[in-house]
Amino acid sequence: MTDLVQQDVRTQETRAMSVTATKSRYQSAEFSDRLRRRYAAERRFRLAGMAAVGIASLMLVVLLGSIVGKGYTAFWQTQIRLEVTLDKTQVEEGNYMPVLRQALYAVVPEVTDRAGRRSLNELLSSGAPYQLEAMVKANPSIVGTKQTVWVLADDEVDQFMKGFIRRDVPESERRLNDIKIGALDKLAAAGAVKSAFNTTLFTAGDSREPEQAGIWGAIVGSFLTLVVTMLLSVPIGIAAAVYLEEFAPKNRWTDLIEVNINNLAAVPSIIFGLLGLAVFLGFFGMPRSAPLVGGLVMALMTLPVIIIASRVALKAVPPSIREAALGVGASPLQTVAHHVLPLAMPGILTGTIIGMARALGETAPLLMIGMVAFIVDIPHGLTDSATALPVQIYMWADSPERAFTERTSAAILVLLAFLILMNGLAVFLRKKFERRW
Amino acid sequence: MSVQTQFPTASAPLRSATGGPLLKMVARDVKVFYGAKQALKGIDLEIQENRVMALIGPSGCGKSTFLRCLNRMNDTIENCRVEGLIALDGEDVYGHAIDAVQLRARVGMVFQKPNPFPKSIYDNIAYGPRIHGIATHRDELDEIVQTSLERAGLWNEVKDRLREPGTGLSGGQQQRLCIARAIAVSPEVILMDEPCSALDPIATAHIEELIDELRENYTIVIVTHNMQQAARVSQKTAFFHLGEMVECDDTEEIFTNPRDERTQGYITGRYG
Repeated sequence: MTDLVQQDVRTQETRAMSVTATKSRYQSAEFSDRLRRRYAAERRFRLAGMAAVGIASLMLVVLLGSIVGKGYTAFWQTQIRLEVTLDKTQVEEGNYMPVLRQALYAVVPEVTDRAGRRSLNELLSSGAPYQLEAMVKANPSIVGTKQTVWVLADDEVDQFMKGFIRRDVPESERRLNDIKIGALDKLAAAGAVKSAFNTTLFTAGDSREPEQAGIWGAIVGSFLTLVVTMLLSVPIGIAAAVYLEEFAPKNRWTDLIEVNINNLAAVPSIIFGLLGLAVFLGFFGMPRSAPLVGGLVMALMTLPVIIIASRVALKAVPPSIREAALGVGASPLQTVAHHVLPLAMPGILTGTIIGMARALGETAPLLMIGMVAFIVDIPHGLTDSATALPVQIYMWADSPERAFTERTSAAILVLLAFLILMNGLAVFLRKKFERRW
Repeated sequence: MSVQTQFPTASAPLRSATGGPLLKMVARDVKVFYGAKQALKGIDLEIQENRVMALIGPSGCGKSTFLRCLNRMNDTIENCRVEGLIALDGEDVYGHAIDAVQLRARVGMVFQKPNPFPKSIYDNIAYGPRIHGIATHRDELDEIVQTSLERAGLWNEVKDRLREPGTGLSGGQQQRLCIARAIAVSPEVILMDEPCSALDPIATAHIEELIDELRENYTIVIVTHNMQQAARVSQKTAFFHLGEMVECDDTEEIFTNPRDERTQGYITGRYG
């Protein structure tokens, strides 16, 4: 027994010795050196990758940070409290501005000269009388009484209260003179100046006065445009993709069509705008600045994106599913409608939503068809004059007033929120309906 | 689609010259081309009713191509051209009398890889009867689903989870589900393209038993690479080689006393 064990130990030893004697090539110094270099290369690659991700994240943080930093103040707006006496004759004549001004003069009685009073007049927004008018219309019984009202301050007052106009700058270079600042200080001391949520931004159309300007008109314009785009491009795009992928013979013509679709997806969007200008406005005589035309142009632009995404999704459906359906006697159309299309739907939806998001953020083609216009009214139909959210941003970015700068950033934030929402929806749908086979 | 056919004769005999059982399907001089490449070089084959016909041969010999001609599944392949006559009950399947969709309802197919629809087990079976209008009422459909699953030997395993996805079953169960799906539309012929190649031996034995039982009601054509399987399940065997049908005879005859050298070489494992 012990002999056997000893023998076993000895054979193991000899085996081990023979291994060290004939060192395999994978144990040589050269090989371990090579292995070390391979690991070093891998580490370098990983570091480079992490650096790339880091730089990209940093850029994103800087971009978002600067937009949020510039834009968040736009969500608040300064208001001024006034004790107004609603004089019956003035109300009947519609002279609300003098009512407000009288109340303001009463706060700073020491300012009596014309120039000083003109300065005081400029503290209030030109939209303030409309607020008062709306109050009276809503409740006519307040005519002839004394009322406490909060009215919009002028955009420069707003900027001053937000600290963007500095006191230590000499008066001649300051946007607000000493009389205005004195009056504001007095109002503020009495608690008659407050910063409230800027509902105007979300309910009003465009305006020359920043404190009265809003993006609701642009949002409605964008919405109407997108509805037209979706109604046109989704059914046409999916039908084209299904035909090309499932039914069309593969020949030179379909190859040509495929190449053209791929090229169209890469055409600069302004070209589609020019096309819309020439065809829809020039030839068909459609109305200028209308969401209908905007939607048509966007549909042309989105179609190739949807067709390509849908074809990819259809291609990803395994052929065995088609064979299974054909094998039990389904017609080609039944095969596609009952089996292939439902399986491709998540991919198609994702592509569609991403195409829509692209259309939502598009400005250039809308410039060509006149959707870049100063439009105060909220559009009510497809042929009303309208603008779109990115175009609104473009126009505000062009405005000189400091208050429009922050509103530009705020509008960008709203647009980004919509885009994130749409992309999030795309991810959600893909995750929810994704199937494995 | 791009399938072009030539018909030497419009019909085929229902019985072979020597008598015997009914000929369910007859192939005469079937040639198949994929573009310029010829895959089948004139196949003559007679498939008897209620028998299992096994098609054997090395890979790429054209047996699957031939099988797919029998229910016109080759129609879906670009550039595929079929010449010659394939008849079902004496009627040319590429002729005007039979439509491809109608043909596939009469000649069902089970594929190499189990391919259940990503739907519930119930819907997998009910799909065929629904689109063909075989069952109009819920009760009829339930009955078809049950009998199909019973015949496929799957009922006891899945009767409590008919609403669960068919893709959640094991490989062998999925293949039996596919057989049940083929049976559900009451075909006359069932084509099986290497139905056990993706299955383990136990599942394979299951399917083989099933094929033997199904023979009573259906005519079965099975392509297989497994010669023991061909010997076990079939009554007739045809040996294909390089696009030709070398030899077709009773299975026993082929395996014990092959006439052709190539057949002998293949079944004794010298090549293939």
